[in-house]
Amino acid sequence: MELDRRGILGGLALAGSAFAAPRWALGASLHDKAIRPGFDEVGGAAINLTIGHGPRVVQGRRGHATAVNGTVPGPLVRLKEGQTATLNIHNTLDAETSIHWHGLLVPFQMDGVPGVSFPGIPAGGHFTATFPVRQSGTYWWHSHSGLQEQTGHYGPLVIDPAGPDPVSADRDYVLLLSEFTPMHPHTIFDKLKKGEHYFNYQVPSWTDRYPLTGAQRRMWGKMRMMPTDISDVTGSTYTYLANGRGPQEGMEFLFRPGERIRLRIINGSAMTFFNMRIPGLPMTVVAADGQNVRPVEVDEFQIGVAETYDVILEPGRSAAYSIVAEAMDRTGMALATLASQPGARAAVPPLRDPPLLTMADMGMNHGKMDHGDMDHGKMDHGAMDHAAMGHQGMDMDEQSGGAMTMDDDSGMDMSGMPMRDTSLLPPDVKVGPGIDMVSMNPVDRMGEPGIGLDKVDHRTLDYRKLVALEPNPDTRVPTRLLELHLTGNMERYMWSFDGRKFSAVSDDPIRFANNERVRVRLVNDTMMAHPIHLHGHFFELVNGSEGAHQPRKHTVIVQPGGSAQFDLTANEPGDWAFHCHLLYHMHAGMFQIVTVTPPAEDAA
Amino acid sequence: MRIRSALPGLVIAQLALVQPAWAQHAGHDMTMPEPETAPEAPSDPHAHHHAEPEPASDPHAGHAMPHTMAMPVEESAVPSIETPPPPDAGSGPARAADAIWGADAMKASRTALAHEMGAMTYSMVMADRLEYRAHKGGDSYLWDVQGWYGGDIDRLWIKSEGEGAFGEKPEDAEVQALWSHAIGAWFDLQAGVRQDFAGPDRTHAVIGIQGLAPYKFELDAAAFVSNKGDVTARIEAELDQRITQRLVLQPRGEITLSAQDIPELGVGLGLDKAELGIRLRYEVAREFAPYIGVEREWRVGGSADYARMRGERAAATSFVAGIRAWF
Repeated sequence: MELDRRGILGGLALAGSAFAAPRWALGASLHDKAIRPGFDEVGGAAINLTIGHGPRVVQGRRGHATAVNGTVPGPLVRLKEGQTATLNIHNTLDAETSIHWHGLLVPFQMDGVPGVSFPGIPAGGHFTATFPVRQSGTYWWHSHSGLQEQTGHYGPLVIDPAGPDPVSADRDYVLLLSEFTPMHPHTIFDKLKKGEHYFNYQVPSWTDRYPLTGAQRRMWGKMRMMPTDISDVTGSTYTYLANGRGPQEGMEFLFRPGERIRLRIINGSAMTFFNMRIPGLPMTVVAADGQNVRPVEVDEFQIGVAETYDVILEPGRSAAYSIVAEAMDRTGMALATLASQPGARAAVPPLRDPPLLTMADMGMNHGKMDHGDMDHGKMDHGAMDHAAMGHQGMDMDEQSGGAMTMDDDSGMDMSGMPMRDTSLLPPDVKVGPGIDMVSMNPVDRMGEPGIGLDKVDHRTLDYRKLVALEPNPDTRVPTRLLELHLTGNMERYMWSFDGRKFSAVSDDPIRFANNERVRVRLVNDTMMAHPIHLHGHFFELVNGSEGAHQPRKHTVIVQPGGSAQFDLTANEPGDWAFHCHLLYHMHAGMFQIVTVTPPAEDAA
Repeated sequence: MRIRSALPGLVIAQLALVQPAWAQHAGHDMTMPEPETAPEAPSDPHAHHHAEPEPASDPHAGHAMPHTMAMPVEESAVPSIETPPPPDAGSGPARAADAIWGADAMKASRTALAHEMGAMTYSMVMADRLEYRAHKGGDSYLWDVQGWYGGDIDRLWIKSEGEGAFGEKPEDAEVQALWSHAIGAWFDLQAGVRQDFAGPDRTHAVIGIQGLAPYKFELDAAAFVSNKGDVTARIEAELDQRITQRLVLQPRGEITLSAQDIPELGVGLGLDKAELGIRLRYEVAREFAPYIGVEREWRVGGSADYARMRGERAAATSFVAGIRAWF
């Protein structure tokens, strides 16, 4: 602690990269031009980022990748709060590209979304992004052009605070999770559009071992849906990556017993939620989406696509610990090792059984008490409100129970219930083929840890456990409610907000007045979890924390069939992308533009 | 929101119990320096001072109560009904970037973005059945291929089916060209023309629906009006029963109906023909699956009589082997 932290970091970066990237993994001995896994660090007054492409090999699987500065992920961009960042981007591809600084507060024209914030960087062109750095924490960057992100065009971004860091650590590591596939991303999208459950090899079958009754199986069949529709693209094509390395490629972070390690975990994947755990070692979450939170110790947590979490690890005397990032659908994992010496390894737990979607995921949540219960279901509006209230009080069994009994007299089987009662939708939602489900009772599910973690027997994280460390700058009561429905059709692979794909509303943005304080309620009328990301702002999750300490995030997971609310101060003028960060959902149309008017004196 | 404001007590009490989640673990961070930035130290005195982890029933949680009391009041003031943006929010398309880069410079990327995110077109060719059929009186072949091109809602849909004995011209062959329009979450309305190639030349107008019925039956039902004025209909249903992740048992049924007697085609009034088959396929890949199966076909009523008059059997069983493939 007496040592200058950044001094330690510099030394470790060298040692770390030497250990973390054994010579065979650098690629040179295998393929002269192969893209290197892992990343270098770039920083200083002017940073150069060169985007290229080339062959890539992961655990013997050959594919083609986009690389920035020759690596996947691209380099760690290290900035300092208060500096002016200058990033020179050189595009050597024969296609347009872009870089979006995910989570950064930048002038909108530097945000890097072609068609929204700037024209894009043409083939062979260059672009200089320059902006004052107004924040600190763990972020990342990625292409916002087409489906390039899937092919390797992403990297970590860390901003050191101007003042002392409230989080101290002896070592500071970045773990960026992503996916590799030899399949072209347009092919992936094409397969998804054609259906046939292309990537799902966990479909219910006559020989599966899922704990489903015959009645439940028939119910799912009747709904034309699947309880194992967890991830659209799975380990059947993805190799999950830790800092660009497959699970057998030995990603290592070194430690000495007694040290305090900060691990900055970034989910830079295109389509995969991960459940993070380190068997035998608790994790103390100290930051979410780059923003400090009051420390929470957990044993496992879910990280949605595009989210970041900083955790503090205090490894004990074991020679090594396995850092396990299990894909939410449990078709694979990214793996790294916390090693006391190079090559030290710990046991790697096997993949757990695939999770199954529940009644709550269908929007039939009757409060947490009814999880998985097949027989409750009186769903008139009155009952819905009671149930929602019961859920709000779910940490208090008595209140919750009391609320429940009011409408708990029905033994109706859900098979008689409409799964697509479009009369429940507000009039501004367009009903059509793009909607295959309407959540009957979209309760706030922020108090749940996410798919597959509701039944684990150790401590998990949920959004209600996040409390901002510093008070939020704006604690005004919102003056307006904006409700957006997340809508989709699994079979047709259509995804949208309010039943309208971006192609239908590209000239009809979501509008906010300058400095307007708005509560945004996201209602998930689908059976998939969506990580919803707003560019250029932080919003505060309405998670039960008192106003000044609602956690600030740039991406929020809305659980299937549920809802989530955030408060937004729209004080960053300009046009901003707002979208589901599942790459292929965005590509299908789950994207909108948020436009914030400039302050009155600036207005033309 | 309505309920929350009506029951502030519940929310307050709930918050009190939520607090220990962090209070319990705050103690683990004693090694953290007391940050200058430590904002609300006074309002939150215990967050950085607990030396020991405490159980969830931590009585200190109550310290947070005054802190959280404010919230329900605020909550009650939050609008619970969605309202349009205020006039200050402006109107019209989002064009902020035009002022920086120029409208001309932005135009191509704007068009591309809107097209890319929701307006793309796709195509698919599916050979549902390409099969060899063994039955009494000689072996035959059958094809049943469909393809489409278009977006999510509107598609051009081509279907072709036919059957014939090896070494001979097809007994039946048809091609349909349909406009397909999504009319609901799972069904498309299809309308167009059908041309028969084998036997007497016929052109039909087609109207039908195709899609996924409850319990995941793939359904294709169409009515046909021929250039001779004959009205017929055909209903097909398939169901994929997964035995394993790659082995699929597929029962399949088809009936054809006729609104009139059509001696020229050997079709009787009413139920003309029924087929019931079962196929077992193995998906080497999702796109490519060889199969074997058995199918029984019945000609019924007047159609059965016509068949017998031609010296054919009214019912026949075929053993089939084929390929299901798509791209």
